Amino acid sequence: MIELENVAYSYGGGELLSDISLKLAPGSFHFLTGPSGAGKTTLMRLCYGALLPTAGHVRLFGADVRGLNRDDIAVVRRRVGVVHQDVQFLNHLTVTENIGLPLTVSGRHAAAAGGDLDELMSWVGLTNRANAMPPELSGGERQRAALARAVIVSPDVVLADEPTGNVDWEMSQRLLRLLIELNKMGKTVLIATHDLSLIRATKAHVQARVLRIANRRIQLAGADL
Amino acid sequence: MKFDLATLRALIAGDHHADRVVPPSGFTAQLTVFAAAAMAFLAVFALALSLAAGRLADRWGEELARSATIRIVAPMDQRAAQTDAALRILETTKGVAAARALTDAEQQALMAPWFGPELALETLPVPRLIEVIEDTDGMDPAGLRLRLAAEVPGAVLDDHSRWRAPLVQAASRLRLLGLVSIVLIAAAVAAMITLAANAALAANAQVIAVLRLVGATDDYIALAFIRRFTLRALSGAAVGAVLGMVAVLLLPSASENGGFLTGLGFQGAHWLWPFFIPVLAAGVAFVATGSAARRTLRELA
Repeated sequence: MIELENVAYSYGGGELLSDISLKLAPGSFHFLTGPSGAGKTTLMRLCYGALLPTAGHVRLFGADVRGLNRDDIAVVRRRVGVVHQDVQFLNHLTVTENIGLPLTVSGRHAAAAGGDLDELMSWVGLTNRANAMPPELSGGERQRAALARAVIVSPDVVLADEPTGNVDWEMSQRLLRLLIELNKMGKTVLIATHDLSLIRATKAHVQARVLRIANRRIQLAGADL
Repeated sequence: MKFDLATLRALIAGDHHADRVVPPSGFTAQLTVFAAAAMAFLAVFALALSLAAGRLADRWGEELARSATIRIVAPMDQRAAQTDAALRILETTKGVAAARALTDAEQQALMAPWFGPELALETLPVPRLIEVIEDTDGMDPAGLRLRLAAEVPGAVLDDHSRWRAPLVQAASRLRLLGLVSIVLIAAAVAAMITLAANAALAANAQVIAVLRLVGATDDYIALAFIRRFTLRALSGAAVGAVLGMVAVLLLPSASENGGFLTGLGFQGAHWLWPFFIPVLAAGVAFVATGSAARRTLRELA
């Protein structure tokens, strides 16, 4: 699905990532850990074509991103749901409209999704916030809305970058349960986090591979978790 | 973004959901609508000027080209004889449809602006004037001059070419000036809309980032902005054009005394031309916003 082969990424004259190889197989669950500034977010952005590698190859669903133009990458992104720590919404649209945005931009309107959208809102516990505007949402509600937006088009892969960074422990467990459910539905999940308790909690429910970025390189972690 | 039938259809049909992804921006919206209205208002006058000048050039060219004047400058006792001789020549001249000597009253009326209505024409050595109207084939002025020189020594043929050319040229230049004004107005609209579109796109960098994150193509994002600015330019220009047409309608009607200025309006089918101004403004907005959107989206990539 998503494959990185000997990928390097440099910015401002310095190499942030070096010789990264990673394969996200269908239905797999991955954690990406490492200290702040290690390059977790950069690696996530490489995984959905927001950044191009300075060396090596990134293949999204079999296509090398270097051979894709911006519109091709946009279409590929419809197969990848992304949740960031600092979630951004269109503040002039309601929560429901924001969640339905991936449908809108792909020519399928949220209204047509009807029951699916209601079900999704219920799944993330935002039914009573459907007509709220994004600035009215709490941190946890924003993360859940972002997760709903990421999965509304039923993507093959869900990438979550520090999804629990701005929420309390209870909410982080709730978000985690949603991500585990997605994985059980067959979605590939990659979560970047430095919260080891989150990883431990997950491993009790699904088989997750833990990857650690250190010194610009990726290594398989796990023994210390 | 390529401009094809599908793009045009999407632009005209619109998409309520797609339209909503771009936040309403009060300042640039008002600026665009106002500027488009003001420019369309001015464009109506430039168009009226151009069309009136065109009519004037055609009328002067046609009227003066079809007529000539013969002055009989001869002693008083020979003037009538030479006038008759000139008229006889004109009767047999190919290309002359009609010729007649002006009456004393007509000549007096011609001179009235300078000498007043009480002028005693017989006391002055005023030449007798013969008005010559040409047929559609036209006459040969050089040949006629030769015949007049041989048979009517006091006759001087003036086929108006000496002062017709600069008049027609002046009117043609005026028409060109009107057209150049319309082009400049269109360029000013393009510049203003480009500025407004750039401002809107820059202010919505976060919106663009979110749209890209959820899989929007550049064409989709660009079209949302293009449609908004095109519709603003169209509506503003429509209002401006209608106001301009009303203003032109309220101008004093054409009269002989008013000359060119009172003829500065639209006639007949020319009233349809101002309706193309909003379409032109929309076209200019479409191209200007498309270009600005392409550039900004490339920079934000």
